[in-house]
Amino acid sequence: MVVNCEKVWREISNYIDGDVDAALRSAMDEHFQSCRKCASVLAGTRNVIQLYGDERMLEVPEGFSRRLEKRIAKSVAVKRTRWVTWATWLIPAAAIALIAGGLKLTNMFSFPRPVRSILAVPANNIPPDLQVLVADGSRLFHVPGCDLIRNKTSLREMTAKEAMQQGYVPCSRCLKQYLKTQGVRPRDEDPDSEAGESAPTVRGELNP
Amino acid sequence: MSEPQIALNRPRQASSDREQEVIANVQCGRRDSFYELVRPYERRLYAAAFAILRNENDAEDTAQEAMLKAFANIGKFRAQARFSTWLIQIAVNEALMRRRRQQTVVMEGIDDRRDQDSEYTPREFADWREVPSEALERKEVRQRLAKALASLDRKYREVFVLRDMEQLNIQETAEALGISAASVKTRLLRARLMLRDLLAAGWEQGWFSRLPFEKGSKPW
Repeated sequence: MVVNCEKVWREISNYIDGDVDAALRSAMDEHFQSCRKCASVLAGTRNVIQLYGDERMLEVPEGFSRRLEKRIAKSVAVKRTRWVTWATWLIPAAAIALIAGGLKLTNMFSFPRPVRSILAVPANNIPPDLQVLVADGSRLFHVPGCDLIRNKTSLREMTAKEAMQQGYVPCSRCLKQYLKTQGVRPRDEDPDSEAGESAPTVRGELNP
Repeated sequence: MSEPQIALNRPRQASSDREQEVIANVQCGRRDSFYELVRPYERRLYAAAFAILRNENDAEDTAQEAMLKAFANIGKFRAQARFSTWLIQIAVNEALMRRRRQQTVVMEGIDDRRDQDSEYTPREFADWREVPSEALERKEVRQRLAKALASLDRKYREVFVLRDMEQLNIQETAEALGISAASVKTRLLRARLMLRDLLAAGWEQGWFSRLPFEKGSKPW
């Protein structure tokens, strides 16, 4: 096989890479021996590959490595922080869920009906704008004229709503009596047989 | 002439045992080792990104993004592949996507319309037989080489960088750039010969041979 210069130039890159068949390689070898121009092209092309293939040609801007390391470190830290955050929230959340579930179960089986103080009963139907009396040294509020008011020198007047908001509780005697005379029935005294009857007659009752 | 292939300064190497060990460690959760793993390749990633983007800031950011992407996907890396090739392909992909976003394809497209299969005739026939590798110690030489490379059309520059600087093989280069192996060979030939032309002129002017320690005398 005989090759001319144009053929050599077309194949010179493949020749350098060892990507030509044996016949072509042999023909090109022979051509390079006799053609000074092509031998020069071959040498120059090899020089190009040699020079650019050198590690020193891979230059990076100043501080490149430092900035890259910092960014990678930050990314690693973010991933770890995310895991820690999940773990931090997951464990307490699971504990709270368990406790809440336990309490719910306990309530379901142990206390089918809530226990209520008898003092709380009249408060259900007390008109909020009812004028009541409170006295120092006692946490009760009374209808005016109640015998159970102790320190009558320090009486103050306010509405039932205000009294309850300030933490006073109704007097079990006078308030109960008052509600009876006004036709208002405490709820827990409603007999089952009367279920479905009309609502209490006093409107605007307190429902704490 | 009986040398089929030149001896590259950086021969292709399979991943070392040490590298495989570090990869396995990172995949198992020892993420602190990741920088140790990628550090040997950081310059190559930058070079690949720079060849495509031709902007220092973009190339640096792209190289960093590629590293982080590799970090996020390290579990998908399989030992059959070369780790360096895998990394470079991620960087090339990131750079190509960034360039698409920047729409610089339009700006560079004019030069790329030239028929890549047209005949190419070397212009310089200076007797450029050998360049001592010490020449690369000089910043001026490196800058001239970089400038010559930057003057190539994009399609030639990308192939040349991936093949001759990043040491990918023909098939890997083709896959990274999404072109055929035949196109890689054609462009590579053109890129090598154009660089030879550009640098042979410099050879005649003597800037390769002005080594500071030689005081003007040629060492060969």
